[in-house]
Amino acid sequence: MHKHPIRSLAVALTAALLVAACGQEAPPTAPKAEAPKAPEVLTVKIGSASPLTGPQAHIGIDIRNGVQLAIEDANAANVEIAGKKVKFEMVAEDDEANPTKATTVAQKLVDAKVVAVIGHFNSGASIPASKIYSDAGIPQISPSSTNPKYTEQGFKTTFRVVAHDGQQGPTLARFAAKTLQSKSVAVIDDSTAYGQGLADNFEATAKSLGIKVLAREHTTDKDTDFKAILTRIKGKKPDLIMFGGIDPQAAPMIKQMKDLGIQAKFIGGDGMQTPNFIKLAGDASEGAMASIPGLPKDQMPGGKTFLDKYKTKFNQEVELFAPMGYDSVMVFIEAMKRAGSSDPAKFLPEVGKTTYNGVIGPIAFDDKGDLKNGPITLYVVKGGKWEPLETVKPETGAGTAPAAAPAPAQETAKK
Amino acid sequence: MDIFAQQLINGLVLGSIYALVALGYTMVYGILGLINFAHGDITMIGALVALTILQGLAAAGLPAPVLLVVAGGGAMIVCAALGLSIERVAYRPLRRAPRLAPLITAIGVSILLQYSAALVWGKQYIALPKLLEPSAIDIAGAQLTTLQLAIFLLACAIMAALLWFIKTSRMGRAMRATEQNPDVAGLMGVNTNSVIAFTFVLGSAIGAIAGLMIILYYGIGHYFMGFMLGLKAFTAAVLGGIGNVGGAVLGGLLLGVIESLASGYIGDLSGGVLGSNYRDIFAFLVLVLVLVLRPSGLLGQQNGDRA
Amino acid sequence: MNIAALFNDRHYRWFAWGAVVLVLLALPFITEAVLGRSWVRIIAVSLLFVMLALGLNIVVGFAGLLDLGYIAFFAVGAYSYALLASPQFAVHWPFLLLLPLGAAIAAVFGILLGAPTLRLRGDYLAIVTLGFGEIIRVFLNNLNRPVNITNGPQGITLIDPLQMGGFSLAQTHSFAGLTFSPVHNYYFVFLVCAALTIALSLRLQNSRIGRAWVAIRDDELAASAMGINTRNVKLLAFAMGATFGGVAGGLFASFQGFISPESFQLIDSIMVLCMVVLGGMGNVAGVALGAVLLTALPEALRYIGPLQQRWFGGVLVDPADLRMLLFGLALVLMMLLRPEGLWPVRRRQAGKGNADAG
Repeated sequence: MHKHPIRSLAVALTAALLVAACGQEAPPTAPKAEAPKAPEVLTVKIGSASPLTGPQAHIGIDIRNGVQLAIEDANAANVEIAGKKVKFEMVAEDDEANPTKATTVAQKLVDAKVVAVIGHFNSGASIPASKIYSDAGIPQISPSSTNPKYTEQGFKTTFRVVAHDGQQGPTLARFAAKTLQSKSVAVIDDSTAYGQGLADNFEATAKSLGIKVLAREHTTDKDTDFKAILTRIKGKKPDLIMFGGIDPQAAPMIKQMKDLGIQAKFIGGDGMQTPNFIKLAGDASEGAMASIPGLPKDQMPGGKTFLDKYKTKFNQEVELFAPMGYDSVMVFIEAMKRAGSSDPAKFLPEVGKTTYNGVIGPIAFDDKGDLKNGPITLYVVKGGKWEPLETVKPETGAGTAPAAAPAPAQETAKK
Repeated sequence: MDIFAQQLINGLVLGSIYALVALGYTMVYGILGLINFAHGDITMIGALVALTILQGLAAAGLPAPVLLVVAGGGAMIVCAALGLSIERVAYRPLRRAPRLAPLITAIGVSILLQYSAALVWGKQYIALPKLLEPSAIDIAGAQLTTLQLAIFLLACAIMAALLWFIKTSRMGRAMRATEQNPDVAGLMGVNTNSVIAFTFVLGSAIGAIAGLMIILYYGIGHYFMGFMLGLKAFTAAVLGGIGNVGGAVLGGLLLGVIESLASGYIGDLSGGVLGSNYRDIFAFLVLVLVLVLRPSGLLGQQNGDRA
Repeated sequence: MNIAALFNDRHYRWFAWGAVVLVLLALPFITEAVLGRSWVRIIAVSLLFVMLALGLNIVVGFAGLLDLGYIAFFAVGAYSYALLASPQFAVHWPFLLLLPLGAAIAAVFGILLGAPTLRLRGDYLAIVTLGFGEIIRVFLNNLNRPVNITNGPQGITLIDPLQMGGFSLAQTHSFAGLTFSPVHNYYFVFLVCAALTIALSLRLQNSRIGRAWVAIRDDELAASAMGINTRNVKLLAFAMGATFGGVAGGLFASFQGFISPESFQLIDSIMVLCMVVLGGMGNVAGVALGAVLLTALPEALRYIGPLQQRWFGGVLVDPADLRMLLFGLALVLMMLLRPEGLWPVRRRQAGKGNADAG
């Protein structure tokens, strides 16, 4: 009986180490077997962290695709930094939209010696991961995280290319007050960092604008039965129901709203503004409204080209944040070019000084790392598709209805 | 009052679903003394199979009742086979083992089912194509759709059929005998292995029907949906008296109503301190209270062996 | 050569143990050189789980009480530490005070959660403890209104690392030509704590209370008839198990610098249970082994993704799913084939005076 435990222990440890060692030989990126043909080719690794599995995988994969497209375009453009030809590589990791996994993934990316990270998708992942990137001095641009806390931690490495909930929530509220003329609202959130943050911001501004908040309900990001909450809300008869959450919950919610005969309008944030929402909710999605940071895709300066390019390569529509992922990579590359180096310590300061015209429009960061003048667009589901309603500049709160013509000030030179 | 009526209706329909799943738990526990942790996941697989069949046949233009029968039948067959194999492979060898072993095996089977489903169907939410146009009746100001009514009646019908079956048929008698004393039943000529296998098959088939109902009601399927459902259904079975068929249905309906009313009114009752986000734990609180105060459940017999 | 005998032999014992200690001390540096720093993090975390698994081992392995909500104590310990050492309440108490405090709070919760379950049998006990685990998690997720206590789903960030005076574990230090990054520092702290936990578990196992637990596990009625106060002994099992979990939780919070309810779900309870079951319920060394394997294995399995990419040109089975499938399979197979675990406990034969090994 003595031999077995020790032997199995030895075997098990060896096996684990073997597998790990195998892993070392198979890095999750392109094989390194390319002999440099040009005299000096610098390989620069850029990390991408997003949920590649789980209920938000469709959004995470979309982000990764955007990053991949940018890397391929950059490689095709034969970028040179400080006289050396550069080959870019993507290191993509799956954080499952989970905070703890996000920190593991962050450590992995740091260990893999990436010079910059595009990630993560949800604020619940971006915030904990940001500490690890900050400690390692690696700049991080989130293409989608909207919780204000992300840039309020005092780190120099956190950036984002979308408006945050401190802007999105109030924008929704102002839209509700002015355009929808709602007098009363019921607010629901999904008890996640994103959903609750958005709902709280919305509620605060709504109240200050004189909209009566008749109910404040909570659900979880795994629920599918909202009848109890909706029935309660039905009794209060609000004009509008606002939901802070993501499409897997928003879709059954609006279906059940219609089942219960609730007449109120339905509005939510960017987590809902996906083709998946329409797919899951079917006919019930008609009339639903949502906001998303950024311009309508076909009004983005590089929008149409990007959409077509994406569709050709990946054989599907852009889901949500791929353009932001794309532009994030370009912002980093531009910063590297300006600094003349791919060393994070050297080009990090340049990231903050970015003025870049990307697919999504002009990109510049304020001193916290937030996007300056990030526009927010409101959409409505009409005829089974998301149609843009209004584009708003958060600072001024002034809305410009796009109609069919693109908003004038945004037509700027392409990247 | 109409809001209360609506909450009540919602609760009864939710409860009917719990009841259908609880029947599976209660039958297996009655015969084997085993909590089949995997039962909720079997229901989930039934739901996803039905969903796939419906998605596949939706384009064929068949009338809705035919589609439902085919989907339900398919789901029942798959689940019955699944239940049978699980019993044979994972539970039967452990019949004489200490208590902990089959329980841990059940957890293992549950995990296996969930992630096999994730492998086959992916981890995304899957939507049901548009099938039925439920019409709604107005009762006391609340909406009752025909689908809701159908689910409720179905649960009652299945319960009645099951009770009748256990009472009158030979197999039913054999089941009751095995439940009371497997060894003596064996001596009396009952093939206890077949009876147990049959119980699993029956429970799983009813679970499949529950799965179909869930798909129709919520329109969405997901690989993880069986877990919470299973826990709540088990709570319902305990509430009603585990081992008791009527108790399972009563427990299910009661739990559904409690959950619905609690979610609806907790905000008002607690002055805004607690909200509907505490919904999931109501079931657990009910469970704890029942087990502490009246472990045999509402309709169960007082057993001495709870300690 | 029989290695185990080497440890038993009076003469060579010191060399054998000395070698083990040396390897453990050098392990983070070796690992970093061979596999990279993320693997140092993994072995550090696995030591935390050794503590957790040993805590659950007291409840499940020694006392035979199937607890499916054990992660709640981990959560309580983590949040106790986090709330008192972060910007959340702007309080920054020293860790020497917080860790024992966390342990005490967890022990209280252990008694609270154990008390209603005293009369329950195995299956019901499991479900009720599962329920309690979920209840704790839901409360942690929702206690941010009306008064913000836990900051809800956003979790608590910027938690103080272990520090004393000016010396912080979260900074890199150099010593004797070696670089001690934060991960290395924490590894050594966890190593010491895990060793203490193992020592404590062994002492408990061989004590009166340990034997009382085993008696209850085997036959509660008989134990009670022999004069054992089953109620107190059971509560003690819960409390002691919870204490280990609480300390591990505090260490976890300081290590990660961030906690959220997402880290304390049912699946994590089940994972710790797997570690105990697979390692051999009741066997301290086996459980520790199970903890290390089950923490390292999923990380090793992550490489299966790229491997599949290489071999098959596409990922057929997602590594995260594969890990869970293997776990489920392992649980079922273990119970069918080897229910006593990989390294089962050798029950001491009464009256035979055998020294128990391992």
